[in-house]
Amino acid sequence: MPKHQINPNNWVNQYSDYLFNYTITRVNDREIAQDLISETFLAGLKSMVNFKGEASERTWLISILKRKIIDHYRKINSNKGKAEVRMNYHNDTETEGDWLEERVSDASDKTAEDTLVNSEMGDAIYDCIAKLPQKQADVFKMKTILDYDTETICKELNITASNLWVIIHRARTGLAECMEKNWFN
Amino acid sequence: MKKSFLFITCDEAKHICDKAQYGEATAWEKAKLMLRIFYCHVTRTYSKKNTKLSETIASSKVQCLKTEERNKLQMALEKELSKQKQQ
Repeated sequence: MPKHQINPNNWVNQYSDYLFNYTITRVNDREIAQDLISETFLAGLKSMVNFKGEASERTWLISILKRKIIDHYRKINSNKGKAEVRMNYHNDTETEGDWLEERVSDASDKTAEDTLVNSEMGDAIYDCIAKLPQKQADVFKMKTILDYDTETICKELNITASNLWVIIHRARTGLAECMEKNWFN
Repeated sequence: MKKSFLFITCDEAKHICDKAQYGEATAWEKAKLMLRIFYCHVTRTYSKKNTKLSETIASSKVQCLKTEERNKLQMALEKELSKQKQQ
């Protein structure tokens, strides 16, 4: 019997945020990230029969997503894409060469190493969020990551404010413990 | 037992500490929390861990889908799933 089972009905609930965070750090565009995730799910559905169950569902989906991200960059780096960029920069003779200045690195820019650490930290946070009960995870993400106000969350999830704070407290305690074990140590 | 206007319980302190992470604690609540932190080891430890968690999440710049974005994904997936079932 395979070690892992596949269940597409749970994909959005269980993995969409993890996949989104993974993608957005690589493509830096919400719309494109969503499109790539959607394509990943559809490709996953089509190749479901090939899932052997040796890796977890999430690892399997990530491997599909990686291909999608590579394809995305291949597409925008095609000759057509490059030509469009060159045309934009060389059209105006007065400003010709300005692009060189634009390409000078900004001191406030994140280095590749910082981005990598952030991306790994993001993965660790999502690993810990995945261990929380669904409701705690949802409330925590809405309040902490999406920065929704208390009233909006209460309305959307039909809970009271005191209920929300109890859930937040439990989620934060669970997360702090998990992060302590898996990231800080 | 009569509730003190200055001294709070450990649970109240934790609650204020949680609210403070989202900028929702009042100045008076924060003052009461600071007082508790001064003499309560449990509150101090909780507050330290809680702040560290907030800082970690802020520095990671972690992101997630909005409810409507997630619903859109779910609908697209369900549509495709039902198509597959029909075949």
